[in-house]
Amino acid sequence: MTTESPRCLVVGWLYGTKMNIYGDRGNVLAIAQRARWRDIDVEIREIGFGESIPDDVDIFFWGGGQDQEQVAVSHDMQGEKAEQLRTSIENGAAMLAVCGGYQLLGHEYRPHNGEPLRGIGLFDATSMAGPERFIGNVVVNSRWGILVGFENHSGLTWLGEGVEPLGKIQVGCGNNGQDGTEGAIYRNAIGCYLHGALLPKNPALTDWLVEMGLRHRYGSADLPAIDDDLERRAHETAMQRAFTTR
Amino acid sequence: MLTKLTARLEQGAVIVAGTNGKTTTTRMIADVFELVPWRVVHNRSGSNLVRGVIAAFVQRASLTGCPGGEIAVIEADEAALPELVRRVRPRIILLNNLFRDQLDRYGELDTIGKTWRGVLKDLDAGTTVIVNGDDPALVAISDSLAAKRVCFGLDETTHRLDVLPHAADAAVCRVCGADLAYHALYVSHLGDWYCPNCGRKRPELTYTGSNIQLYGVESLALDISEGEGHSHHLTVGVPGLYNAYNALAAASVAREVGVPWELIGQAFDAFRSAFGRIERVQYKGRDLTLALVKNPTGFNEVLRMLTAETGGLALPTMIAINDLDADGRDVSWLWDVDFELLARGKGDLYTTGLRGPDMANRLKYAGVALDRIHSLPNELPAGLDAFVEAVPEGYAAYILPSYTAMLALRKTLADRGAVDAFWEQ
Ligand SMILES: [Zn+2]
Repeated sequence: MTTESPRCLVVGWLYGTKMNIYGDRGNVLAIAQRARWRDIDVEIREIGFGESIPDDVDIFFWGGGQDQEQVAVSHDMQGEKAEQLRTSIENGAAMLAVCGGYQLLGHEYRPHNGEPLRGIGLFDATSMAGPERFIGNVVVNSRWGILVGFENHSGLTWLGEGVEPLGKIQVGCGNNGQDGTEGAIYRNAIGCYLHGALLPKNPALTDWLVEMGLRHRYGSADLPAIDDDLERRAHETAMQRAFTTR
Repeated sequence: MLTKLTARLEQGAVIVAGTNGKTTTTRMIADVFELVPWRVVHNRSGSNLVRGVIAAFVQRASLTGCPGGEIAVIEADEAALPELVRRVRPRIILLNNLFRDQLDRYGELDTIGKTWRGVLKDLDAGTTVIVNGDDPALVAISDSLAAKRVCFGLDETTHRLDVLPHAADAAVCRVCGADLAYHALYVSHLGDWYCPNCGRKRPELTYTGSNIQLYGVESLALDISEGEGHSHHLTVGVPGLYNAYNALAAASVAREVGVPWELIGQAFDAFRSAFGRIERVQYKGRDLTLALVKNPTGFNEVLRMLTAETGGLALPTMIAINDLDADGRDVSWLWDVDFELLARGKGDLYTTGLRGPDMANRLKYAGVALDRIHSLPNELPAGLDAFVEAVPEGYAAYILPSYTAMLALRKTLADRGAVDAFWEQ
């Protein structure tokens, strides 16, 4: 028996109340629950408009918003704040960004009409409004094994040369419907178009984020295995539905 | 043709729009009108697109093009509203609420709001727009119209929410952009709202609901006052706070076309739920209550109804989630429902449907103890059979299906001759 105080993690939820569509809060819930089930304390902090990025965040989550919010968010995530976020990632913090958040981690997003929205350039990637909407179940082969999710986006993302995608599309359209890639990875930051919510039914990816968060805080991570029976079933069902429906 | 037919209606046409409760509200209004008595043209069968409406007229129209009714009550879904309004030129448009629905079906809320605003701006003073004043988004899109605007809302002390549910979009002041606050919050983002920054607030209500009594999964009662007048006590044969809103909306429409309160009271008292929305079935000696769950706000309100009395889930409950087109193919919406409510209580939870495993996993992350979560076969009726097996004979249980799961369950229960207790009362 050890008597040391329990480990803890700080989760930073970027624009939580403003960018939370498609049930993406399930990702924050998955990170928090899977950490708590290992007796790791979790503090969830929302980082809103005009608020700076705390330097002790271990895992960031950034979801998608409606068009109006996306514009406001891109204006807010500039200058010093963008620099703080990039620095956190360079220092090893983990991150998952989905859809709108993913697009703003690239250089820019070009809408059909109006000014391009400037991103923070963490990923060497550029997004633009596309002619159609990609909607449906997705299966991706990744270094965490098969990932399952649901895409619903009209934006197309093109990765720069040498950028590692999250994975290769097995079912669905992915970044742009053409090059077979989905998402992007830089250090411990992941961006992608996968809703679902993504993390609850891809526990290997969730545990990796928790592990990277622990490494960021403690320099090492020891994550005991837990019962994943329900997660595994949800994962398998999503995969079957993807093959049946697309 | 539709334009011609509606122009000949003596009492004009009423269009009912809103994410949730359209079908119930439309039926309530039609029931009131039938007591007047008017012959009501009504797209009853859930066929709420333009061609369904035309079909409803054609069914009742004589060969000479007379519409065969005095008044029409038309249920319009989000996407069909603009075309219907253009073609029907309604006497009344009811805007009941605007919640987040399955987004791959309707596009995003902003877009719907903009489209509706465009439609409303083109109306003249011949149309009355009846608006849920508790919905700040609907108030914003119906501000300063040429058409007359009438608002309804709640002034209720008992049934309040402490915090905005996760499914609700944080409302923002349309004038100054600050986050809105609430003197009282009732359902999702509906409530007595105000802007702490610029002072913009809920508009003056013409019809105010108060003193709501909820009787479990059976019925409800409320008082409605009109302007400065005294209030009218009404009993309504459907349960849940969301149906108090529907009744208030229906009463506002009926009053605006001049129907006496007495008839409204009669119709509401006799009103029963539409097929599948909520109903009780006796099956193999079990007392089953089925309630349709189709989007986060609807699901939240059903959970609130089931847990209101004991503060937790008391009865065994089966949740059946499909992901076909009519359900929404994306099951992400389950993560916007506040299932954390179910972590309390002794009722076991059973999951089935094409996405039953997603549902079971959602319950796990909501903090429901694993020994209360039971995965049934995904297929119906196998899932139903296993559930009924698990509930002791003589006991009551709840079934919460998504739309196509409801259709499948309803068919099975009908094929097997289950007694529909509800309709026999
Ligand atoms: Zn304001």
